[in-house]
Amino acid sequence: MTTSTPILETQGLNKWFGGLHVTNEVDFRLDPGEIHCLIGPNGAGKSTLFKLLLGEHTPSAGRILFEGKEITIEPSFARIRRGISVKFQVPGIFKELRVHHNLEIALQRRLKGDALDAEIERLLGFLNLREQADKLAGALSHGQKQWLEIGMAVSLRPKLLLLDEPTAGMTPDETHATGEVIQALNAEGVTVLAVEHDMAFVRQIAQRVTVLHFGAVFAQGTIDEIVADDRVAAIYLGQGYD
Amino acid sequence: MANSPHKMLFHKRLEGPQTLGKGKGFWSGFLLVLAAACVYPLFADGYDVGNNVYFFNWVFMALGLCLIWGYGGILSFGQVAFFGIAGYCYGILTINWGAAYGLSLVALGLAVVVAGLVAALLGYFLFYGRINGVFLGIVTLSFTLVCERFMAQTAGPQWTVGTARLNGFNGMGGMPPLTIPWFGNDIILFPDVQLYYLILALLVAVYLGLRVLLNSRFGNVLVALRDNPERAEMLGYDIRRYQLTAFVIASMLAGLSGALYTAWGQYITPSSMGMTAAALPIIWVAVGGRGDITTTLVGTLLVLAGFQALTVYGSQYALVLMGALLVITVLAAPQGLVMGVVNLTTRLWRRFTKEARS
Repeated sequence: MTTSTPILETQGLNKWFGGLHVTNEVDFRLDPGEIHCLIGPNGAGKSTLFKLLLGEHTPSAGRILFEGKEITIEPSFARIRRGISVKFQVPGIFKELRVHHNLEIALQRRLKGDALDAEIERLLGFLNLREQADKLAGALSHGQKQWLEIGMAVSLRPKLLLLDEPTAGMTPDETHATGEVIQALNAEGVTVLAVEHDMAFVRQIAQRVTVLHFGAVFAQGTIDEIVADDRVAAIYLGQGYD
Repeated sequence: MANSPHKMLFHKRLEGPQTLGKGKGFWSGFLLVLAAACVYPLFADGYDVGNNVYFFNWVFMALGLCLIWGYGGILSFGQVAFFGIAGYCYGILTINWGAAYGLSLVALGLAVVVAGLVAALLGYFLFYGRINGVFLGIVTLSFTLVCERFMAQTAGPQWTVGTARLNGFNGMGGMPPLTIPWFGNDIILFPDVQLYYLILALLVAVYLGLRVLLNSRFGNVLVALRDNPERAEMLGYDIRRYQLTAFVIASMLAGLSGALYTAWGQYITPSSMGMTAAALPIIWVAVGGRGDITTTLVGTLLVLAGFQALTVYGSQYALVLMGALLVITVLAAPQGLVMGVVNLTTRLWRRFTKEARS
């Protein structure tokens, strides 16, 4: 682990919903430039942790820092402007708007005029959606919707990209292609934090893996270390361990 | 081929993804209708012209509701509150000041500004408190009913502002009409023809202005947050600010309707902010087609004319029929009846041209 400032850090992060302790003393750090996967059984608190990082939930206790600056109670849009971007599990696109219009809305904070038009064109080509540019986004296939949203998330030029099950519902080929896109983005310097169930995919992209269980950090390490960990296998099989 | 309609030039934004109608055909039709509206007073009698002024008065509020509801997805049930606030404001100011030196026009402007300020205050708590959906409708409706109740109990002589009696349910009357100062010979915009031209000019300006606004970056964000507010926020937009801005603009337009209505009829009552009054704009906009300002404009004028015909020609059931019209719209053409006709003709036209080609 490097000693540089982490791009994202949580300190003693807790979240209770009533009596339910969904995030339990999570101390987590993400180094700039890494691809990090967050795994864990259903109900482990992965989605809640994402929502805390994005500002959709407010932590009950603890701190969140982005590039060393505290963002614990900052509204979502302000975190995005700092350089965080997200791709949701259920494709978060503007269904009633046309595909190119979706991209225009994602890009218009950064670009305008001819530069905006050119970037929309480039992205349509990159996402393989040029044929569908004038379609309503809601009429796209599931895979295409996923791609469109990845395109929108990436078009913000984020420093940190959060991906919530980016390959959910994709074919193995699409999944593999998505992995390659993520690695290409990473090569350009984008840090990636992904929640993922597909262990083949995790193996393809992850440099480090964190396992959440009952809201707490259960294990952390490379994918090989995690797979070799009997305790991790036990929680995935739904068994207790002594 | 992707067709990105991004336009740098202001006037080019008159058409774009958020508004129906583009190209020579549409704008020729627009100019024809406008020309007809301009020459209309030359051929009609004063009463009919005044009646049209009455219809036009309401359209500003309808366009505002279309902006926040149709485009922004925020159903405000209380736009008439701002109608009433601006109406009373115009009355209080002009009764105290008179109409000389263009003061009635100043009062008109101030009334609209006051409506905007009240909307900004209410909207701040609504949107920054992240209230949405049905609760927004409930709060805004409550707000207008509170305004109505408050004004209703101001019948006593102690309720005066300067020389203006608020007058409770008897209504406030006797305010001067709009007057344009003109070299010692003021033009009084009353009752019909001159006022007609002023309001027609305002209507064209507001309609075109809204088209430009809706096809701008602001309009893009507005339709985006209607569609998926979470995604819009996660693209870095402070959606509360956009919602508040749209709400204030819409409320100022409702205020413009109210002040013009008061100047036109020289009369305003608390029932202008009541339950029935609050429901009617929803019907105009829903029936026309809230997804577009042109269908809203056409729909509002049609429904108003129909409603008046019903009330004038003896039917006691005009309001019931309005309710039925809303139900029919929601069931048969949820996008709006005018919008439904537009969609149908576009589809038929496409099929026709396709057949002609093949």
